[in-house]
Amino acid sequence: MSKFPKASLLAACLLAMSAGSVHAEAASSPGPLKLGRIATEAEIAAWDHDIRPDGKGLPDGRGTVADGEALFTDNCAACHGDFGEGVGRWPVLAGGEGTLDRERPEKTIGSYWPYLSTVYDYVNRAMPFGNARSLGPDDVYALTAYLLYLNDIVTDEEFELSRENFADIRMPNVDNFVPDDREREKHYVADTEPCMKDCKPGPVAITMRARVLDVTPDGGGEEGPAAGNVD
Amino acid sequence: MTEQMNKPSRPQASRRAFLGGAAALGAGLAVRPALAAGDPLITEVQDWNRYLGDGVDARPYGVPSRFEADVVRRDVPWLTADTKSSVNFTPLHRLDGIITPNGLCFERHHGGIAEIAPADHRLMVHGLVERPLVFTLDDLKRFPRENRVYFLECAANSGMEWRGAQLNGCQFTHGMVHCVMYTGVRLRTLLEEAGLKTSGTWLLAEGADASAMTRSIPLDKALDDCLVAWGMNGEALRPEQGYPVRLVVPGWEGNMWVKWLRRLEVGDAPWEHREETSKYTDLLANGKARKFTWQMEVKSVITSPSPQAPIAHGRGRTVVSGLAWSGNGTIRRVDVSLDGGRNWQTARIDGPSLPKALHRFYHEFDWDGSELFLQSRAMDEKGFVQPTKEDLRAARGTNSIYHNNGIQTWYLKPDGALENVEVS
Repeated sequence: MSKFPKASLLAACLLAMSAGSVHAEAASSPGPLKLGRIATEAEIAAWDHDIRPDGKGLPDGRGTVADGEALFTDNCAACHGDFGEGVGRWPVLAGGEGTLDRERPEKTIGSYWPYLSTVYDYVNRAMPFGNARSLGPDDVYALTAYLLYLNDIVTDEEFELSRENFADIRMPNVDNFVPDDREREKHYVADTEPCMKDCKPGPVAITMRARVLDVTPDGGGEEGPAAGNVD
Repeated sequence: MTEQMNKPSRPQASRRAFLGGAAALGAGLAVRPALAAGDPLITEVQDWNRYLGDGVDARPYGVPSRFEADVVRRDVPWLTADTKSSVNFTPLHRLDGIITPNGLCFERHHGGIAEIAPADHRLMVHGLVERPLVFTLDDLKRFPRENRVYFLECAANSGMEWRGAQLNGCQFTHGMVHCVMYTGVRLRTLLEEAGLKTSGTWLLAEGADASAMTRSIPLDKALDDCLVAWGMNGEALRPEQGYPVRLVVPGWEGNMWVKWLRRLEVGDAPWEHREETSKYTDLLANGKARKFTWQMEVKSVITSPSPQAPIAHGRGRTVVSGLAWSGNGTIRRVDVSLDGGRNWQTARIDGPSLPKALHRFYHEFDWDGSELFLQSRAMDEKGFVQPTKEDLRAARGTNSIYHNNGIQTWYLKPDGALENVEVS
């Protein structure tokens, strides 16, 4: 009994030593500090799945609106609703056109997202919620096609989305994003010493109170206004 | 006795919660009738003064006193659909100084906390580099290390207040910010080990969690002051903060500080992924939206007194304490107003004044028991002054969600209770 563990321990040690030396010789970085090792092509392929608006990163594959509808019903509708209308506080995926300048804007894929590549990329990397990376390229093309259909961006149930026609799809809100120009806002541009004395005429009056809504945990109900949802 | 009688009535119900236990409460009530004979907490021998306490190994990794059990992160259930993709908030009203304890740094997850054994973790650098590389955590720890104190603020911090006062407590209005000392390696050093190609202008950072969080970062920023960190406040990162490795993007919105960092890809264009298109873009009143609004602006808040930290001592000497910070660098000055912004006095900043870190300010005064409207207003080293909420709404409307750095008002009532309000 006592021999066997020793022999196996020795074998394990030898294995570890040889693996260690191979690793050190073959893989150490040729960079300035010689730390890390070269990534293999298979390793890069396993993780390099990001998609850009210009289509860089899209895999081969294709899927139709009809295929996507079946997949959506099975994998997505429990949270997002059969028509992307959202269930509970889960994100609404369709609708909302023309609401972005209103009191309660509805930011959906169709009304807000500037690029279709974001849909493919996000479904592929993070969906379905709780079972990420479980869909193949054809599934993701089909789901993306169905989301276009739910948002009236394509209207034909037989429409098939593929790497070949992906770049032809233009999202309705693409032109409505502007660069960060916060520093040019009036209150920053003013660049004056802030007022220290008698900055407002007369005593101030309360114009709004948190108590009116009373949505603080322990202070009121669980239900709160939809505004400010961080997700 | 006169002073006792003139004390405003205390907000007993809310104060009870802060005393942390029946024993403390009972002892507090016993003080007044026993004054003639002396405080029994002094005149009588207490259990902790007579009987032996726990030995040195009872708490091998220390935890706060059981009397501090209410100092915890809290979430707001109605904000999100599921706690696996949600946020909780740092209890700013119970903290002091500029460093946040690791166990109280607010959490924001998109696919829950990834539990990764450090030996199983890999960080890949690839794309427009001479040598695509894989690092283990042990590899990373062989690079030159740096220690830096930075604040981390979610772009949505105070985002629930765009349309007006909504939540009673700076934990909820401002608690998506924390500040720790990070230990790690410069991102620049890792990218140089891989050898940057001149065509590279952008970096994609990706997490290993179930959301595989990604953000695009301009290479200039990556090469400037970003870190790949494994330590916070001297210990390993907490799992909920990205253990074993996270990205540190000083002064920029927290969503970019990718946790459980597993991949860095160098490219020549931004990726426009979910977090930088459908989220973390700021919708303006006219329906257009700003994108790539990375930097956090000059901001401050009075943490105590505040709605969850009422004044229990009645009139007399009072310490106003608060935090200020800016993605532009250090805080040059903080002013405090007691009358809703009519008149201001410059507060005292105490402690280290480090760039892109929290700053602690104090303002001591004698409260006469009358109602006050407390505000703080910060100015940073570039001369940017914290705007009012009205200024922000005039420029952006109320649909932005992110980057609300407006001046906060706490209404202090004669009984010592406070409420989140807005004033004319």
